[in-house]
Amino acid sequence: MTVEPKQNKLLCVSSSPHLRAHDSTRTVMLDVLIALCPLLLWGCYIFGMRALTLTVISVASCLLFELLFNLITKKEITIGDLSAAVTGVLLAYNLPHTLPLWMPVVGAFFSIVVVKMLFGGLGKNVVNPALAGRACMLLSFTSAMSVSPVLTRLGLFESYLPADAVSGSTPLSLVLNPGETVVSLSNEQLFDMFLGNECGTIGEVSALLILFGFLYLLMRRVISWHIPLTFLGTVALITYLLPAKGFERFDYTYTLGHLLSGGLMLAAVFMATDYVTCPITTKGRIIFGIGCGVLTVLVRYFAKQEGASYAVLAMNLLVYYIDKITAPRPFGSSPSSKVKKKKKNGQEEKL
Amino acid sequence: MFKTILKQFKEGVFDKNPLLVQILGVCASLAITTSVSNALYMGLAVTAVLVCSNLFVSLLRKFIPQQVRIAAYIVIISGFVTIVEMLMKAYLPSAAEKLGIFLPLIVVNCIILGRAEAYASQNAPFPSIIDGLAMGAGFTIALLLLGAIRELFGAGTLFGISIFGQSYTPIGILSSPPGAFIVLGCLIALMQYLKKDCPSMNSTQRRKSQSRMSKQGRIRHDP
Repeated sequence: MTVEPKQNKLLCVSSSPHLRAHDSTRTVMLDVLIALCPLLLWGCYIFGMRALTLTVISVASCLLFELLFNLITKKEITIGDLSAAVTGVLLAYNLPHTLPLWMPVVGAFFSIVVVKMLFGGLGKNVVNPALAGRACMLLSFTSAMSVSPVLTRLGLFESYLPADAVSGSTPLSLVLNPGETVVSLSNEQLFDMFLGNECGTIGEVSALLILFGFLYLLMRRVISWHIPLTFLGTVALITYLLPAKGFERFDYTYTLGHLLSGGLMLAAVFMATDYVTCPITTKGRIIFGIGCGVLTVLVRYFAKQEGASYAVLAMNLLVYYIDKITAPRPFGSSPSSKVKKKKKNGQEEKL
Repeated sequence: MFKTILKQFKEGVFDKNPLLVQILGVCASLAITTSVSNALYMGLAVTAVLVCSNLFVSLLRKFIPQQVRIAAYIVIISGFVTIVEMLMKAYLPSAAEKLGIFLPLIVVNCIILGRAEAYASQNAPFPSIIDGLAMGAGFTIALLLLGAIRELFGAGTLFGISIFGQSYTPIGILSSPPGAFIVLGCLIALMQYLKKDCPSMNSTQRRKSQSRMSKQGRIRHDP
């Protein structure tokens, strides 16, 4: 049966995936890059031009490693789909601007070669490459990867010399470690955190710009709202109802502090929604978002460090199972047919 | 004669490498390859035990009853492991200390029992010794590779000698357990890639073995 081209589009049913013909990996990745751009501008403004240098190094080495892998294994060259560029940008956004310039190359190697290409390239990687690269760097260069609590601007190639006896705290540490007396964040502090006038990694500081990116991606229909909103909503709910030891319950400033500090927003909008490593079904995405939120809060409460990236990585590993249990029932099949079939098989095996 | 020996060595090092192709003895390999010297000592110890146990299993293959063969092999193996352990403690105390519990645990290393069961119990003593040497060499080379990569980038040294100088920041993940898994995985992938292009296994042979594998798979999965 052929479908007339002028028929009502609502009546046309096609099998999944439901991407339109003009959407290619390249256009989707380009949209993500556009949504990420303002964050880089803000990063350069607040941390100095060194943020740009790090991002360029990260993106260039990601593209280079993918190209080299393609050439060595004599496969089709895939850097044109820009997914490596997105990985590079996201990896750089997870780095503090004080990092030595050669370190992003190591992270890019891990992200692209070990996590993505060795598993078979785009679409076959199990976990998000950028987050895995960050986790690898965090384990390898723990001190260099820690965010300096003092805001410093650095020029293009200026190297960072840690000052002696740096005291102070990043916004994240304010909500992680209770002081001797419970101090709730002031409205000005929260507003600064919302705008991004705070210390942190290159791309995570400005919640406002991340929200703009989120809206852009939603409008372009690149991502759906389910994962980011359930992810952030779960974190908000838990921190509001059950704060960590030493904080007051029902304190909205504490909840906002959790939401606006660290890499939570960046992870929720740009990393948890990665096509390859998130569930396909809507129900699955909601489970995925809630799981990410719960794990983030658990890591933040008990390990006293940023947990969003580890939470997303852990949930990435469960995506296969989430997809399996939330797979929609084929039209026309009876709800319990699966169970019956299994029983039948079991009986046959016994006989 | 010489040709068969060469073939056995090629199998042990390349085609049937115990660690990178058969994936045996992984536990100890992951744990001790934080440095090249550890890897070397471990490889040599396993090789020594493997050669001796292969020889004796082969000599005794007609006397050992089928029903108790595994227990008998374990007795032979543990005897030689005890000898090797005592020798290392006497002459290489620092190495024995570094290998720690993994030295006596060679008893349960699957490579040794595997070769006793799969090769030595069905072959004459001399080929069994060669098989032990070849498999031991394959295991040692794999361990050295793993240890060299992990020590060079994870600590910036080789055999304890600094290579990159003082200013090098080590990639810490490589000397920690996750790094061991990652490097081993990469090496296994590399081995598979090299085997794919290997001329010794021509395309018809490969196709045959693949189809056999898929047939078995189908039989196993069908209810």
